[in-house]
Amino acid sequence: MANPNKAKAEKGLMRWVDDRFPATQMIQDHLTKYYAPKNFNFFYIFGVLALLVLVNQILTGVWLTMSYNPSGEGAFASVEYIMRDVEWGWLIRYLHSTGASAFFVVIYLHMFRALLYGSYKAPRELVWIFGMAIYLLLMAEAFMGYLLPWGQMSYWGAQVIISLFATIPFVGPDLAQWIRGDFLISGITLNRFFALHVVALPIVILALVVLHIIALHEVGSNNPDGIDIKEKKDESGKPLDGIPFHPYYTVKDLVGIAIFLFVFAAVVFYFPEGGGYFLERPNFEPANPMVTPDHIAPVWYFTPFYAILRAITFDIGPLQAEFLGVVFMGGAIAVLFVLPWLDRSPVRSMRYKGWMSKSMLIIFALSFVILGILGAIPATPIRTAVAQLCTVLYFAFFLLMPFYTRMENTKPVPERVTG
Amino acid sequence: MKKQLFALLFALVPLTAMAAPLPEQPFSMTPDINDEASLQRGMQLYVNYCMGCHSLEHQRFSRAATDLGMPQDLVEENLIFSSALAFNDQMRIAMEGDDGESWFGVAPPDLTLFNRIKGPDYIYSYLLGFYRDASQPLGVNNIVLEASAMPNVLEPLQGVQEMVCAESDRPIEGAELDPLSGKYQSCEVLQVTQPGKLEPDEFEEAVYDLTNFLVYVGEPSKLKAQALGPKVLIFIFIFGVIAYLLKREYWRDVH
Amino acid sequence: MADNGVNRGRRRFLVGATTVVGAVGAVGVAVPFVASWQPSARARAAGAPVRADISQLEPGQRITVEWRGRPVWIISRTEEMIERTENSDPGRFSDPDSERPQQPAYITGPLRSSRPEIGVLIGICTHLGCSPLYRPEPDAVDMDDWPGGFFCPCHGSYFDLAGRVFRNVPAPTNLEVPPYRFEGDDIIVGEDEESA
Repeated sequence: MANPNKAKAEKGLMRWVDDRFPATQMIQDHLTKYYAPKNFNFFYIFGVLALLVLVNQILTGVWLTMSYNPSGEGAFASVEYIMRDVEWGWLIRYLHSTGASAFFVVIYLHMFRALLYGSYKAPRELVWIFGMAIYLLLMAEAFMGYLLPWGQMSYWGAQVIISLFATIPFVGPDLAQWIRGDFLISGITLNRFFALHVVALPIVILALVVLHIIALHEVGSNNPDGIDIKEKKDESGKPLDGIPFHPYYTVKDLVGIAIFLFVFAAVVFYFPEGGGYFLERPNFEPANPMVTPDHIAPVWYFTPFYAILRAITFDIGPLQAEFLGVVFMGGAIAVLFVLPWLDRSPVRSMRYKGWMSKSMLIIFALSFVILGILGAIPATPIRTAVAQLCTVLYFAFFLLMPFYTRMENTKPVPERVTG
Repeated sequence: MKKQLFALLFALVPLTAMAAPLPEQPFSMTPDINDEASLQRGMQLYVNYCMGCHSLEHQRFSRAATDLGMPQDLVEENLIFSSALAFNDQMRIAMEGDDGESWFGVAPPDLTLFNRIKGPDYIYSYLLGFYRDASQPLGVNNIVLEASAMPNVLEPLQGVQEMVCAESDRPIEGAELDPLSGKYQSCEVLQVTQPGKLEPDEFEEAVYDLTNFLVYVGEPSKLKAQALGPKVLIFIFIFGVIAYLLKREYWRDVH
Repeated sequence: MADNGVNRGRRRFLVGATTVVGAVGAVGVAVPFVASWQPSARARAAGAPVRADISQLEPGQRITVEWRGRPVWIISRTEEMIERTENSDPGRFSDPDSERPQQPAYITGPLRSSRPEIGVLIGICTHLGCSPLYRPEPDAVDMDDWPGGFFCPCHGSYFDLAGRVFRNVPAPTNLEVPPYRFEGDDIIVGEDEESA
C-alpha cells in the first residue's frame, strides 16, 4: 500500500496521476522542496551544464547513427556523407563533436569545484564515487567514439591506447588482441566500439547519472562555505540558509545555460575544429594501417594522463617502463576515487583550510594543465623532465593530503553561510 | 581566494587556446569562400587541370553549382567532361588507383579534404613552388614537397619557373636583408624564365582561386554555418537577457 | 522570503517571456533534427529524373526503366490498342476519367498520356505493391471483352492499357502516372512538362 503521507495534488488529472505514480512527491523532493544553499557561486553551474551536454550528446548521437556506416570500408565516407549530403547533418555532427569537448570542459570544472569546496567529504563520498565512475566511463565513451570517424588519428590513437593493454605482463598481448578482435585494429574493432559507444556505455552512464543525483539529493548540496545548512532550520523545518531549487536555481541556471550556449554555439558555427584540438587535422585522412601520422596526440581531454604515461621512462626493478607508465596513468585516475578518505581536514571548504591545502591545490591545478599541454606536443628531454616533475606534484597532492590537511591550522567556520 | 582563482582560470585560457600550429609555408593566402567569382574560376581550373588525376569524391557537381551560384546547364556544358558523370554525381575520376600508381609512383590523392589536412598555405605554396630541376625524373621539383611525384600541370599557364640567384622582395630563409636595397640576396629565388599564358601576378591570382576552391570543397557547410551563426547567437543573447531579468526578479526574495 | 513587495505582474510577464522565447528556441533546435529526415543529397541524386531513348521502341512493345526504385513502364501503343482502350465502356472502371490524383495535372483523357501512342505508368499495383503483368492482347486474361492491359498476379487486380483499374478488383485506384516530358528522341521520367 502506498505511503499515505505522500504529497498529492488536491484534485484533477494530477490527483489521478498521483494516486498511481508519485509525480507531485518527486517534483517536491527534487525541485520545489529541495532546499539548496543560497550561496552557490559560478562553480555550481557545471552540474546542470553537464546534464545539458549529456542530452545534446544523446540526441545528436542518435541522429548520427541514422546515417553513419559502422564498417571499415564505409565509416569515413559516411561521416563526409553526413557532413555534406544529409540535410543539416553538418550541424548535428558538429554539435556532437563539439559536445564531446564541452562535456570534458564542464566535467573538469565540476570536479575542480568539488576539490575547492570539499564536496567529496562525508557525507558525500558516494556522490563523489558515482561521479568518478561517470568520469571514467565518459573517458571510455569518448575514446571509443573517437575511433568511429575512422580517420588517421582515430586509428592511430586507438592503436596507442589498445597497445597500453599489451604492456601488462604475461596476459597483455593476448588481452590487446581480444580487445581488437583481430591482429590489427580493423572493421571488427570498429563494430564492437560502435556497439559499446552507442548502446552499452550510454545506458550505464545514464544510470550512474541518476544514482549521482539521487545520492546528492539524499544528503543535500554542499556550498562554498562547506557548511551543513540542515543544522539550522526554522520552526517549519526549512533550512534557514536554503532556498527551494525551483524557482530560484532553475531561473539562475537558465542564465548560466544561456551563457554556455552562446560560447558553445560560437564554437559550433565558427571554430568546430577547436584549433585542431577538437577535430585533429590528420583525422581528415582515412585510416591507413600502413602509414602513421607524423605526430600523434590524443584529444586534449586525455593529454594530462597521456603526459603521465610518457613521463615514465625508467624501469623499476623487473617492471618495464611501458608497463609502469600504464600503472601511473591508471593510478592517476584511481587515486581520485579514494579522495574522500585522503582529506583529513576538519573543514570542507578551501575558504577555511590552511595555506598548505591552498598551495597544494594551486600546484595540483597547474601541474594538471601543464601535463595537458605537454601531452599535446611532441616529447623532448626537457619536456619529459617537466612532465616527470608535474607527475610527482600530481601524486603529491593526493598522497600527502592525509598529512598536510591534518597538520595545518584551519580557520573557524561560520555558523551560517556567507554571501 | 576567489579573485586568485579567477585569475588562475583566465591565465590558463590562452595556454589551452593555443592552436595546433601548421608548419609555416613560403607563401600564404587568406581564403574567402564568399567570393563566388573566385570559386567559380577555381572550379574551372580544377576540372581542367587537376581532375584528370585528382578526384573530389565527396563533392557533388550539383552542390558546387548551388553554392557557387552556377545554373545546371552551364555546369553540364562547361565543367562536366566525362559522359559517365551526371550533374548530381560526385566529382569522381575515371583513372583507377593502380594506374596512377604505375604512372607517378604514388596514387594521386583525393583532394576533397586536402585543405582540412594541410591548410590553404600549403596548397597555395605548393602550386606556386614548382621549378625546373633536371635531376628529378619529371624534370621539376617543388619547394614545399621535395621530389614531389606530381608534374607541374600548370606550367602552360605559369611558364617555366627556375630557381636562380637573384634579389627578392620576399624574405627567404637563410638569406640576409641587404640594408641598402631593402631586398634579399639568395640563390633560392623562384623566377619565371620563359613566360606562359599568364603574367606572374595573373598566375598567382589563378592559383589563389584554385586554392580557394579547394578550401570551399573541404567544408561546404561552412557557408551555411556562416549564414546561420549570427542569427543563433543573437537569439541566445536575447534569451540570456530575458533569463537574467527573470533571475533578478526572483532573487529579490533571497537575502 | 516573505511575499511582500513582490511585483506579481512583472514576475508573470517575465515567466511568460522566458517560456515563449524558450519554446521558440526549442522549436528552432527541433528544425535540424526533423529536417534531417528529408531525402539526403545521395537519395535525391539516385531519385533524379531518368532519361530513356524511345526512338527504337516498336509499336506494342514495352520497356521498363527504374525511377526512385520503382519500375516505370513505357508502352508504345498501336493504333488498335488505342482504339480498344478508348472504346472500352467507362462503366467497367472505378475511375474512368482519372479524377483521383494518380497522375500529374496535364495527364487527362481515357488514355492518361500526353501522347496517345506512348503510355507511361509506374508498374506497382495500387493494392499492395506487387508489379502487374503485361497482357496487351485481347483474350489474354480470363475476362470477357478484355481490352488489353495489366493483371496483378498477387490478388487478381485488372488494369487496362491506360492503367485504369477495373471495378470489383482489390486495387482501389488507377496505376500511378509519373511526371514526364519528351526531349527529342528521349523521354525524361521524373520531370514535369512545365519545368522544361
